[in-house]
Amino acid sequence: MSESLHIATQHFLQSNGLSQTDLVSLLDRLSGPAIDAGDVYFQHCYHESFVLEDGILKDGSYNIDQGVGIRAISGEKTGFAYSNDIVLPTLLEAATAARSISGHVHQIGQMPRQPLHSIQVPALYTHQNPLHSLAHAEKMMLLQSCDAIARKNPFVTQVIASLNGVYEIMLVAALDGTFQADIRPLVRLNVTVILDKEGKRESASAGGGGRFEYKRFIEEGSAQKYAEEAVRRALINLEARPAPAGPMPVVLGPGWPGVLLHEAVGHGLEGDFNRKGSSTFSGRIGDQVASTACTVVDDGTLADRRGSLTLDDEGTPTQHTVLIENGILKGYLQDKFNARLMGTHSTGNGRRESYAALPLPRMTNTFMLRGPYAPEEIISTVENGIYAVNFGGGSVDITSGKFVFSASEAYRIEKGRITYPIKGATLIGVGPEVMNRISMVGNDLALDSGVGSCGKDGQTVPVGVGQPTLLVDEIIVGGTES
Amino acid sequence: MMPAHFQEFVDVDFLKEKLTDLLKKATQKGATQAEIGVQYGVAQQVSVRQQVVETVEYHRDKSIALTIYKGHQKGSASTNDLTSQALEDMLDAAMNLASMTEADPYNGLADLEQMAKHIPNLDLYHPWMLSTDQAIQRALETEAIALAYDSRICNSEGSSIDTSQSYSLYANTHGFLSGYPTARHSASCVVIAKTDKGMERDYEYTVSRRPENLWTPERVGHAAAENTIMRLDPRTLPTQKVPVLFAPTQSVGLLGCFISAISGGHLFRRSSFLCDSLGHSVFPKDFRLYEDPYRRGALGSSPFDNDGVATIPRDLVADGVVKSYILSAYSARKLGLSNTGNAGGVSNLFVEYPSIPLEELLSQMDTGFWVTELMGQGINLVTGDYSRGAAGFWVEKGKVQFPVSGVTIAGNLKDMFKNIIGIGQDIDDRHALSVGSILIREMMVAGH
Repeated sequence: MSESLHIATQHFLQSNGLSQTDLVSLLDRLSGPAIDAGDVYFQHCYHESFVLEDGILKDGSYNIDQGVGIRAISGEKTGFAYSNDIVLPTLLEAATAARSISGHVHQIGQMPRQPLHSIQVPALYTHQNPLHSLAHAEKMMLLQSCDAIARKNPFVTQVIASLNGVYEIMLVAALDGTFQADIRPLVRLNVTVILDKEGKRESASAGGGGRFEYKRFIEEGSAQKYAEEAVRRALINLEARPAPAGPMPVVLGPGWPGVLLHEAVGHGLEGDFNRKGSSTFSGRIGDQVASTACTVVDDGTLADRRGSLTLDDEGTPTQHTVLIENGILKGYLQDKFNARLMGTHSTGNGRRESYAALPLPRMTNTFMLRGPYAPEEIISTVENGIYAVNFGGGSVDITSGKFVFSASEAYRIEKGRITYPIKGATLIGVGPEVMNRISMVGNDLALDSGVGSCGKDGQTVPVGVGQPTLLVDEIIVGGTES
Repeated sequence: MMPAHFQEFVDVDFLKEKLTDLLKKATQKGATQAEIGVQYGVAQQVSVRQQVVETVEYHRDKSIALTIYKGHQKGSASTNDLTSQALEDMLDAAMNLASMTEADPYNGLADLEQMAKHIPNLDLYHPWMLSTDQAIQRALETEAIALAYDSRICNSEGSSIDTSQSYSLYANTHGFLSGYPTARHSASCVVIAKTDKGMERDYEYTVSRRPENLWTPERVGHAAAENTIMRLDPRTLPTQKVPVLFAPTQSVGLLGCFISAISGGHLFRRSSFLCDSLGHSVFPKDFRLYEDPYRRGALGSSPFDNDGVATIPRDLVADGVVKSYILSAYSARKLGLSNTGNAGGVSNLFVEYPSIPLEELLSQMDTGFWVTELMGQGINLVTGDYSRGAAGFWVEKGKVQFPVSGVTIAGNLKDMFKNIIGIGQDIDDRHALSVGSILIREMMVAGH
């Protein structure tokens, strides 16, 4: 038994007076003639948050959320119920409600339930509870140093520094015999500053994190890095001039601008949309959907990253999945449910926000592989365009392929040179069209600092994005100047 | 599966006893003040797709959140485990955090005399006795109508029926303890249509606290299909400055930016483009925006705010001038202003303006861009800069010419509010903010 499975069974079963036999009887309750699949998902999250504002540690909060989600699948139908209480009668009741989807008379044990078995998967991150990884005084000092460093700039009027940590334990048991557990730390340090320079105000944030312990923030000097970065971004925006409007070449910087790939490609390649034929990428495996310069992957196996998972929420190990190779569409992101209906295998992308929501095919860390060009070389080819290095959020209509993402730090490029900062503007395009207009890919692949969250069907999960510097020959820039 | 009455999922008397006990224990352990919020909820969601059941979900949630004040130090903890041991642990965690944080002179409960004394019944609880099978039937019927509407409807993202009941309760050491049940029901339908030029998707939905006020399956299914068909074969627009008409749902979002910008948190952090706007003209002179928390059965109604403070019907904007901010106990103290009973946000908002029918508004616009959908988060509340992806229709001489997508609209919210030149009578009753279409004199549209 792996260490995480040992910890999780102790945590969810033994400490609630449940045995593995009880778990099996729960799965038996779920199984039946018309049931093709089903699982029981235990989750317990401990979350703490500290906020420093006005130079004082103003807020501290601690939250515990636990529950068990039970799902039964019959063909394309899913029945789902959950409980906050981990006691057998309540769980059996939830299993009965979930399996009622089959619409058949309840017959226990008619369908083969596979005996529970677990596979050893090397953990991608620590099992230590990050909440305990620093003494309170050290957490406070971390936030205070963010504040002190940011306030070195005379124009800074407000600093909001926050530290968040989650310690999550999950255990999943399924009718197909899956019996896996994962222990997931997730921490985040964030700094927001507000600047006032001669009556002109701007705000900016910087931060990062991942699946590690708080002490890494101290080891890596994160407080200084994020505080200085937030101030730098806000100062740039104070000087920003109105952005241009209309189609033009856009150079996207490395790292976080990879939100382009998340919106233009990633969502449209999720298995559920493609099973239903509702995505602009549906039925296009083998097609040229991007320029030959583009190779895009989803990789949940990167150690310690915010978007990574040792196991997805269905107990499948995550993997390195090639989505687009040299412009050709290679594959979709799958969970077990959609993979079964499409006659393929899960790619380890079955994720859920919590026990109270159904798993969906979701991205992990989605990024483009490096190309041959130096970033300066890419910028030097642009006669008249913009260089965008930071973004707020994005979103996509997967059916039409239209997607937007909003620049929060961008510059004008004139005659191959970066000339001045411009105000934030939304960029809009159609996924495959924009991907086909990527003409140069840089050699500076970077992943984001660990700040991404993705929303789908009302469920939010942590994700990562990344890319090298790249040139899109033409995309519409939503500025105000013609 | 759905309980017939909230008493079936929450034992209110027992809960009140438990909370009173918890507050007493907090005081005994050294808290100078404490407050508790509790939420119970049950919900049923069914969805069908292509005339087959897709999901049936039964939700049952509970959570409790406790805030402890030790003088001006504050600590919070929450859990969804309501066993006695878990509540003790929560109390200890919050007490512990309240010792670790630093004193903020503005922290603390709202003042005793501001606590809501009379709690009116606002008629917010109308549970829907809908069996799972009935819900499935209704969803199937809705989707069938949409699928049959036009041969270009080629696919569906499905139709769903959601019904939920909840009970929320707030108590604090001023002796305030009050709770009330609410219900909320909705139905929606999303379909996809196709031509040789591509696919488009759109939807329709209805929401109400009373099941009998929901739109019929015919209306939802029909509108979902019609919205989708109307979007087919969209074109882009030349980059240009033109009048822009926001459809009601987008008008709600536009005025939502105003609400955020005059909310306490953005004001005391000075991260709003409307800092110091009280008493200043922000909208045209015949524009009024007012809050009415007591509207019976309305989506946003609430008898008291998250601090237990009585909500206050009042003008936010009159004659185009900002008359009131949106403040909680904390933000009011911090700004040195009176509490407006808005901890947790605003309730129902209404716009008054010499409004006209949509057709006349289109004629008034003459030539311009009618925006029915906006995408992305390109709004900077510190500066008011606004840039978003948009879809809708191109209008000439007051008549719709063709669908538009793949463009952006941009401007500054300050100018946009000032340049409202018309408001429609086509109020959308599905939002707590009631407003019709809004016509803005001019914005930059970026396209080809």
